[in-house]
Amino acid sequence: MNDPIITINGLNKTYEGGFQALTHIDLTIQRGEIFALLGPNGAGKTTLISVVCGLVNPTAGHVLVDGFDNITHYRQARELIGLVPQELTNEAFETVWNTVSFSRGLFGKAPNPAHIEKVLKSLTLWDKRNNRLMTLSGGMKRRVLIAKALSHEPRILFLDEPTAGVDVELRREMWEVVRQLCDNGVTIILTTHYIEEAEEMADRIGVINRGELVLVEEKAALMSKLGSKQLTLNLHSPLTEMPATLQRFELSLAAEGYELIYTYDGSQEEDSHAISELLTALEREGVTFKDLNTRQSSLEDIFVDLVNPKERA
Amino acid sequence: MNLHPVRAIYMAEMARTRRTLLQSIVSPVISTSLYFVVFGAAIGSRISEVNGVSYGAFIVPGLIMLMLLTQSVSNASFGIFFPKFSGSIYELLSAPISHLEIVIGYVGAAASKSILLGLIILATSGLFVPLEIAHPFWMLFFLVLTAVTFSLLGFIIGIWADGFDRLQLVPLLVITPLTFLGGSFYSIDMLPPFWQNVTLANPVVYLVSGFRWSFYGISDVSLAASVGMIALFLVACLGTIGWIFRTGYRLKP
Repeated sequence: MNDPIITINGLNKTYEGGFQALTHIDLTIQRGEIFALLGPNGAGKTTLISVVCGLVNPTAGHVLVDGFDNITHYRQARELIGLVPQELTNEAFETVWNTVSFSRGLFGKAPNPAHIEKVLKSLTLWDKRNNRLMTLSGGMKRRVLIAKALSHEPRILFLDEPTAGVDVELRREMWEVVRQLCDNGVTIILTTHYIEEAEEMADRIGVINRGELVLVEEKAALMSKLGSKQLTLNLHSPLTEMPATLQRFELSLAAEGYELIYTYDGSQEEDSHAISELLTALEREGVTFKDLNTRQSSLEDIFVDLVNPKERA
Repeated sequence: MNLHPVRAIYMAEMARTRRTLLQSIVSPVISTSLYFVVFGAAIGSRISEVNGVSYGAFIVPGLIMLMLLTQSVSNASFGIFFPKFSGSIYELLSAPISHLEIVIGYVGAAASKSILLGLIILATSGLFVPLEIAHPFWMLFFLVLTAVTFSLLGFIIGIWADGFDRLQLVPLLVITPLTFLGGSFYSIDMLPPFWQNVTLANPVVYLVSGFRWSFYGISDVSLAASVGMIALFLVACLGTIGWIFRTGYRLKP
């Protein structure tokens, strides 16, 4: 698939105080995909989104949205984009209906009550349409922000930490909404702190750290490439040192010798033979175990490895 | 130009006025009416005519101008400051809307409110003092142009302000004193020669003078000077707003 809807080239952003928030970002977002941007606090996720949406001026580089430069052809570029910000920012005294209708007008679209009704119903906001925003819960306010972003029928939706502070049930509902949007051809770019969110939703994942894009990869390929498996054996008796016959395996000892940990790449066929060989070798050495478990590294492990390898070492 | 965003901003701002009718309309009308009662009817009856006009009638243009300036500045500054304060300005900055459309929406709404207020106060003043309008076209010209110009100034203040205290700073410490000392309640002929010259440095003198001329045909400065001053102010405000949007001053980091 090579049908880019957003192309970012050589993007740099240095704030007035000298802080370099983005360093030479090159990134292409494909039409119709869900792209998750991961990174620790202050990594540059929000700055990157803000530059694409026109909220922050870049220091260098340029952004094309469906072929339109987001500065010289800002009208064509911006009308394709909907943005759900991280903060719950809204006009407290407005009603849900009015604020969502306002957003549609602001994005240059003629009033369309039928579309607003459809959006509000899809986000289960219809019953709250006449409520003032100040009377809504945090989760409902988050939905209103999504409704505002969808009011002008964007083809690209940026979700900046969309489920921050949202309970588990509502988070699942929002994921469902995002999937439906994606099914309807909307390209989704989301930033998140919840690794499980990226793992659950994304087609591709980008990791940003200290303003640099550390990695961009298909989620499945990333998990396969970087995700390792561990077999942990809980021994009856502790081992003080590794027997010579076991040296050829990638083994380590933990829990004062009571745990023998074998790390392997789960995607390789030969690993399954290696496990059999390891168990046979253990039996020959008289090393017995009372329990075993396997664990596959999650996206979170991969993420931590990428942004802070020392912490994992 | 796309009129949908202009309409959206304009209607949202006017809806805010309707929601806060007491504060937006009723309060300024009552406070200005109190000036008519105190200075026009009570004290004014003991003051002799000014250039052939009763004192109560003489202060009407100045009082309307006082209200027009303060309300235009405060309406427009609050209109753009509040989204900045609440954070919802992200939507305005990410929308496919030109700078001109943003200004027309916010400044148009603020000026509309001020003009409406000016007309209400003008009608109210007729209850207290005998009124005549010698040049209705020029009266409307000054009313509209002053409302627009000072709404532009308010828009600038709203972008500049980083807190509610600064939002009030210019209207309270600059606009109101300049208006009071700008001939709202007196003709500058009444001042000693030195202070007459000092007063001419006050731009509000030219606005009040031109506006009063449209009512009674009397003025402190020439009509051309009044029109020139307001045009100069208008151009300065437009230039400043153009610079703000070009640089992203206090809007875009």
